[in-house]
Amino acid sequence: MSTALVTPPSTSPRPASHSRGRRLRARVGLGALAGGGGALIVGYLSLIVLIPIAALISHGLSISVSTHGAGAEFWRWHVTFGFRTFWNAVTASGSREAIFLSLWLSLSVAAINAVMGVAIAWVLVRDTFPGKGLVESSIDLPFALPTIVAGVVLLAIYGVDSPIHVDLFETWMGLMVALLFVTLPFSVRAVQPVLASLDLESEAAARTLGAGSVRIFFTVVLPSIWPAVLGGFGLAFARAMGEFGSISLIAGGLGRTTTGAYYVFNLTQGFLWTDAAAVSTALLVLSLIILVASNVLAHRYQRRTL
Amino acid sequence: MTTRRWPLRGVVLLYLAILIGLPVVFMVYKALQHGFGPFWSQLTQPGSMGALKLSIEIVAIAVPVNTIVGVGAALLIARHKFFGKRAFDTVFDIPVAVSPVILGVALILAYSRIGWFGGPLLRAGIMVLFSPLGLVLATMAVSLPYVLRSIVPVLIEVGTDQEEAARTLGAGRFRTFFSVTLPSIRWAVAYGVTLTIARTLGEFGAVLVVSGNISGRTQTFPIFIYDDWDQRFDTLGAYSGALLLALISMAVLLVLAMLRKRERKLRVDLA
Repeated sequence: MSTALVTPPSTSPRPASHSRGRRLRARVGLGALAGGGGALIVGYLSLIVLIPIAALISHGLSISVSTHGAGAEFWRWHVTFGFRTFWNAVTASGSREAIFLSLWLSLSVAAINAVMGVAIAWVLVRDTFPGKGLVESSIDLPFALPTIVAGVVLLAIYGVDSPIHVDLFETWMGLMVALLFVTLPFSVRAVQPVLASLDLESEAAARTLGAGSVRIFFTVVLPSIWPAVLGGFGLAFARAMGEFGSISLIAGGLGRTTTGAYYVFNLTQGFLWTDAAAVSTALLVLSLIILVASNVLAHRYQRRTL
Repeated sequence: MTTRRWPLRGVVLLYLAILIGLPVVFMVYKALQHGFGPFWSQLTQPGSMGALKLSIEIVAIAVPVNTIVGVGAALLIARHKFFGKRAFDTVFDIPVAVSPVILGVALILAYSRIGWFGGPLLRAGIMVLFSPLGLVLATMAVSLPYVLRSIVPVLIEVGTDQEEAARTLGAGRFRTFFSVTLPSIRWAVAYGVTLTIARTLGEFGAVLVVSGNISGRTQTFPIFIYDDWDQRFDTLGAYSGALLLALISMAVLLVLAMLRKRERKLRVDLA
């Protein structure tokens, strides 16, 4: 029965349907331990993720609870949102510019790498040439490389003492190159497996019907890989919005190259925690919106074409 | 056919050369420009060694903890039904989706003097901000999901037949886990651990925010590289440190590729 379990492509698998075997398994598995172990894990998750994020958002929105006297019941609590504080922190001149810079940089980086990701995945799947193995493994390098090393690597060639005289230090181009570097694997690896699993028959059919390569790509190939492209776009965007290490050196210290994450870091250096929390909350919400939107679009598209 | 492939192939190779190939080549060249001696003495000077030691200590704490949590959570997700499983699963992705800087700020607002639990922790004498404890917490957070994400697909594919057989034959839960379940997921665990080590060793943003960057106390190796470049203007030091970490990353990629050959369910895009 369990051999028939097919793994879905996503990393978060859905549980199998309610069957007798499933219930049996729950009993013979680590059943009794699950309670205690599960509670420990939930405690750990709360400690390092849930409580900090809750604390961040509550500081960011200046949520305060007053009880008017000791021991007041929870329905007498007064919960107040300091929305004005939040809004002032987010729209202050420095932070507004940093958030806009992050937004447009991340959107264009995700878009450029969506196009280049498809091209690279295409070459890796359909093409053969000497040295292809090297190209294949170089794609993963930005995954494995610590972000600060990525920054140093890019400054080795695009820094002030550039050996090819391309100085991108303290420019938006420099930020863009760094973000393209760190997000490239997301864009390629999202598309590559889908492209590899396409059957070539419909393309061959289109070719016999007289369609050219470009037309085949846009009418046959692209529709089937589009959800994957959107998924990669969302991941790359979220990563670019949050990226700090690789741009921390190339950004220098100028206001016009201060991205959202960098601005938050600057606020922490001045111990301006309330402002840092507010801008962080805004950045969190923005990347969440794009991530969810690209996932929803991908799912909707998939359902329509099925 | 072959001639028509050249335009696309050329564009792709050029893009990768500009973005990845050339920068890496020039970084290696700059690190070894003056020979191997200066590179080595940069790495072995006390400041650099101290930072490296702290980084390795953090790895030694964060990786085992996240491995145990990852295996436990993977068993829960793959083998049990429980209320809130979807949410439980999603929590593991939060640290990767959120900016490391924001994660650092979040930890401070929860556990530092000004945070939610600042008062009680201060009275207990536990310091999180500007202390190694904060570094460990931040590092554990950013490397949370890798073991879990490596194991779950393999656990589901392997199924429960063998575990059930072992249980029927009278093996206890622990024996079943250690002699049936664990051997079947060992490559996946190794894969997750390798990814976790890589991520912990390289973590920068979250750690920089909580560390206060106190030399010799809270300065990890990536922060040392940052200081080399940004504070001490010692580019050779930065290039040397970067080359060391880049070599480790390449070794990591090699190990991951070998493990993927053993276990086909392991994926490239987990990091």
